[in-house]
Amino acid sequence: MRRPSVLIGALSLLAIGAAALFLTWGVDGHWDFALPRRAQQVAALVVVGTAIAVSTVIFQTITRNRILTPSIMGFDALYVLLATSVVFFLGSATAAAIPPLTMFLIRACLLMVAATLLFRLVLGNGKRGLYTLVLVGVIAGTFFSSLTSFMFRVMDPNEYDSLLSTLFASFNAIDTTLLGIATVLLALGIGAAYWLGPQLDVLTLGRDRAVALGINYQRTLTMLLLVIALLVSVSTALVGPISFLGLLVANLAYQLTRTYRHAVNLTVAALLAVLALIAGQALLQHVLHFNGTLSAIINLVGGVYFILLLVKESRK
Amino acid sequence: MITTSDLTKVYDKTVVVDHVSVSLPDAGVTSVIGANGAGKSTLLSMISRILDADAGLVAVDGLDVFNAPSREIAKRLSILRQETHMTARITVREVVEFGRYPHSRGRLTAECVHKVDEAIAYCDLGEFEQRGIHELSGGQRQRAFIAMVLAQDTRYVLLDEPLNNLDMPHATSVMKLLRRLADDHGKSIVLVLHDINYASVYSDRIVAMKDGVIAADGPPESVMNADTLESIYGMRFSVIDLDGDRIAAYFR
Repeated sequence: MRRPSVLIGALSLLAIGAAALFLTWGVDGHWDFALPRRAQQVAALVVVGTAIAVSTVIFQTITRNRILTPSIMGFDALYVLLATSVVFFLGSATAAAIPPLTMFLIRACLLMVAATLLFRLVLGNGKRGLYTLVLVGVIAGTFFSSLTSFMFRVMDPNEYDSLLSTLFASFNAIDTTLLGIATVLLALGIGAAYWLGPQLDVLTLGRDRAVALGINYQRTLTMLLLVIALLVSVSTALVGPISFLGLLVANLAYQLTRTYRHAVNLTVAALLAVLALIAGQALLQHVLHFNGTLSAIINLVGGVYFILLLVKESRK
Repeated sequence: MITTSDLTKVYDKTVVVDHVSVSLPDAGVTSVIGANGAGKSTLLSMISRILDADAGLVAVDGLDVFNAPSREIAKRLSILRQETHMTARITVREVVEFGRYPHSRGRLTAECVHKVDEAIAYCDLGEFEQRGIHELSGGQRQRAFIAMVLAQDTRYVLLDEPLNNLDMPHATSVMKLLRRLADDHGKSIVLVLHDINYASVYSDRIVAMKDGVIAADGPPESVMNADTLESIYGMRFSVIDLDGDRIAAYFR
C-alpha cells in the first residue's frame, strides 16, 4: 500500500520546484520587472489548476465515472454563454459600466444557479448510464457554444469587442485583475469540497447505498454542483475553457493513490494539475519559445486520453 | 416496528405497489415472496426511502422515513440491495467501515472499530479484510456488503434478494447468518426471496405479494400449502413435510 502522505509530500516538492524554476529561469537581472509578473502567473496557474482538478474529481464522483468532466459536460461553455448573454441583453454601455469584479461575480452566480438547476435535472436520481450523460454533455456543450456564436453574430460590433477582451483569456493572457477574487472563491470552493469529503466518500458507493447510509442525496448533490460551478467560474474567468486537463489529472491521481478517499484524491489531483500547468508553461516559454499553445497541447494529450478511456470502457 | 399505510407506487399507470398496509415486527426473520413484478423489491425500496412513494406513509419506530432526517433513519434501518458495479478501489474492511457512517460521519471511534471487527468476524471475512472488493468472488462480495449492514448496527435489516447469484453452500451460509443475527442479536430481518423453500425453513413469517398487494401473510405453516402457493404463483405445487420443515416442489 502506498502512503498518501509520502505521495502528497513528493508532489508538493515537485510543484514548489517547478514554481521556483518558472520564477527564476532566464531572468537576466531584471528581477524587479520579471518577478512580480511571473509570481502573478504562478498564482493564477495554481488557482486554475486547483479549481479544475477539484471540480473534476467531485463531478466524477457524483456521476460515478472516470471519463466525464465538468468541461466535457459543457459547464464552461455555459459560463461563456451566460457571460455573453449578460452583455447581449444589457447592452455594452450598461455592461461596460459594471466593474470587472462585479461582472465576474454576476457571471459566477448565474453559472451556479443555471448549472445546478440544469444538472440536477440531467443527473436525475443518479441512475443514468454513462453514454446518456456523454450524449447529453456533447449536445449541451454544442448547443451552448452555438447559442453563444449566434449572439456574437447578431451583436453590435462594439459589444462584441468589449466581450472578447474579457471572455477569451488564455494562459498567455491571464486575466490577473480577477486573481484576488478568484483566490477567495477558490478558497471557499475548496473548503466546501473538503468539508463534504466524507459525504463524497460515501457517494462512491452509489446513490442507493449513500441514501441507505443516511446521506440526504438531493441536498448533497445540489451543494456539490454549486461547488463545481463556482470552481468552473474561477478557472474559466482566468484562462478560458480548457477541456481535458481535469480528465488527465483526476485519472492520474486515482492511479497514483489507489484509494477512494477524497481528502487524498482531491489533494493529489490538485497538485498534479498545478505541477502540469507550471512545468508545461515553463517549458513552452523557455525551451520551445512557443506562445499561447499550452491549452492546445493539454487538449491534444487529454483528447487522445479521453478517446482511449472511451474505447477501454466500451470493451468492458 | 415498521408500519406502512396505503403505500403506493405507480410506473406509467401500472400500479406496482397498491395501497399496501403492513407492519413488520421488532425481531425475527420475515420473508417477502412473490412472482417477478409482484412489487416486493419496490416495497422494500420504499420502506427504506431509496425510492419515493407516490402515496402512503412509512413509519420506522414512529419516524416518517420520507421526512425524518436521513441519518436518524440510517441508525435504525439498513438495506442491502442487489450489488451495483463500483469503479473505486475499496478494500473489504473499508466497505465495512462505511457501515459506521451514520454513527460517526467518517471519523471512526473506538466503538466503531470494535463494531467493524465484530462484523468482519461474524461474516468470516478476516482473511479477505485487506483485499479489494473487486477481487472477490460473488459470494464473498455479498458477505462483505452484509458485514457493512451489520456494522451499521440497526434494529431493522432489509435485504433485497440477498441470495441472488449465490451457489447453494453460499446461499445457505447467508441464510444461517441472518437467522443467527435475528436469534443472537434480536434484530428484525426482512428479506425478499425467490426461493420459497429458504423462506419456509428460515423465516418466522412470510409475506406473499401478488400484483402489488399482499396476497398472504403468516407463519410458514399457514402460507406453505399447495392452495395458497398456487394462488400466489398461479402454478401447481406439492408441499411435503421434511423433518418438520415444509418444502414445496414445483418442478413438474
